[in-house]
Amino acid sequence: MSDPVNLIAEWLKGLLASWGLSSGLVLFIMSLLGVVVVATFVLVMDVVLVWVERKVVARFQDRLGPNRLGPFGLIQPLADVIKLLIKEDITPEGADRVVYNIAPVLALATVLLLWAVIPFSPTLLGADLNVGVLFIVAAGAIGTLGIIMAGWASNNKYALLGAFRMVAQVVSYEVPMVIVLLIPVILARSMSINDIVNSQSIWNIVIAPVTALIFLITAIAELGRAPFDLNEAESEIVAGFHIEYTGMKFGLFYAGELLHALTMGALFSSFFLGGWRGPWAEQVPILGVFYLFLKAFLIYFVIMWVKYSLPRVRIDHMLDFNWKFLTPLALAVLMVTALMDKILGQPGTIVYTVGMLATNLAIIWITMSILRTTIRSEREKVGEVRPVATPGLTPGPGQAGAGRV
Amino acid sequence: MILQIIFLIVALITLASAVMVVVSSNLVHSALWLVAALFGVALIFGLLQAGFLAVVQVVVYIGAIAILIIFAIMLTRRIATDSGPRFNENWSWAAVIAIAIFVVLGWALLSWPGFNIQAQPLDPRTDPLTTLGMALVSPKGFVLPFELASVLLFAALIGAIFIAWERK
Repeated sequence: MSDPVNLIAEWLKGLLASWGLSSGLVLFIMSLLGVVVVATFVLVMDVVLVWVERKVVARFQDRLGPNRLGPFGLIQPLADVIKLLIKEDITPEGADRVVYNIAPVLALATVLLLWAVIPFSPTLLGADLNVGVLFIVAAGAIGTLGIIMAGWASNNKYALLGAFRMVAQVVSYEVPMVIVLLIPVILARSMSINDIVNSQSIWNIVIAPVTALIFLITAIAELGRAPFDLNEAESEIVAGFHIEYTGMKFGLFYAGELLHALTMGALFSSFFLGGWRGPWAEQVPILGVFYLFLKAFLIYFVIMWVKYSLPRVRIDHMLDFNWKFLTPLALAVLMVTALMDKILGQPGTIVYTVGMLATNLAIIWITMSILRTTIRSEREKVGEVRPVATPGLTPGPGQAGAGRV
Repeated sequence: MILQIIFLIVALITLASAVMVVVSSNLVHSALWLVAALFGVALIFGLLQAGFLAVVQVVVYIGAIAILIIFAIMLTRRIATDSGPRFNENWSWAAVIAIAIFVVLGWALLSWPGFNIQAQPLDPRTDPLTTLGMALVSPKGFVLPFELASVLLFAALIGAIFIAWERK
């Protein structure tokens, strides 16, 4: 009973074959069933996420959160879903109907696509693509398209502005994310996420902590959550690109954002925290699923922690931070890691791990000292005394100026 | 057999989207049909077992170029439903030239001896991704065109920064 999912799959395959269906059809039906099961599981997890989010934000803000519906407010997300479903479905006048209705579907579908390449356990995997890492980047690119479609089709200037800002942010922060994702690929010698997880006998966060930090920051920026949530700054552009969406369409955007955050948690866990790896995960594969979601929820908690503790970043500061700090740092880390990988020898040995860790700490130290000198020189430039006009120093118009030597 | 049917469906989607790009009256709709056509090309890459190229097609074409096209359209149109006349008075000449090009290309393709030969499946032992990577950086392979392409991109980058730099 250690691998119930595969047991059920084998039994079903045997049943379908005994009904006389051809093997191709059996394969097709099993794949279809697999897709439905994964999508349903992830979407049900999404509903749980609504509860988790509201309880955690409440605790960060020193209050209780939903506690009326059910024990600890557990029925609350169900009530939310029912409320969203029975709300009036409005299409704004002048909006482009087809594009307006497809945009939230695209926003949620691209998040579901990401779950196809994450290995749940040693024996459970959607699709073992040999370009899994690049597939994740591609799905993010299609998500960007959904945002533009939503912003433009709403026939609303605030929505368009919010969509432009969001797309600028997402496209900018994709650059250090892709550069930094090359490092687990180098360490695992393969672009397949399954191979990356299988090669982490020592977790990648020990070997490449700077990489993990950069990936976390760019992931939070990709999600559009605080402190990078200028596109839905309520005080400025009132909910950004999903102003005009009501009812379940807004529900798709909201749930899509929460699910994207959990997906980023699962991806961070797969790349840097060893994915499904843990004690006895190889012998009892179902434990692998449990470990993966434990780590994913831990990173989701960190993402929420950052969101509810930090103020919003201004758009020009945000883009400056990306292009003037994160991208050069990501390139430097990539080059140094590739170089040290060749020098230090086989991954998995103690020399390799300690060498890589020391290199990363050296990079952090050098970055901090460069930052310190830059900040000091900038502070001096801002703090220098500027000549201030005082009355009586220069003769005004009409005054003779006599009497002053 | 199944692969033939899938290829036919994907080819139909790509061609129909390409036709809709030209025929659609709303400019943003044309851009979105272009996205569908590019996605169809990515699916065709996948059918040819070039998974890496399929994903790179989505990342580069849809994720960067199509978004740039949509931005350019949205920033230069004053009204969202702006649409202009789709055909002008020279459409008959354009049709003649298009049909002539189609006939010439079709004849060139049909007279190619490899047209009726079944494609050989790739050697399952070699990973196409590793082969591509090695070919791009090995001196006996394509390292020179690779480096020249990066020099070209670098020149374009410097040019773009120079044009966009505000002189204080």
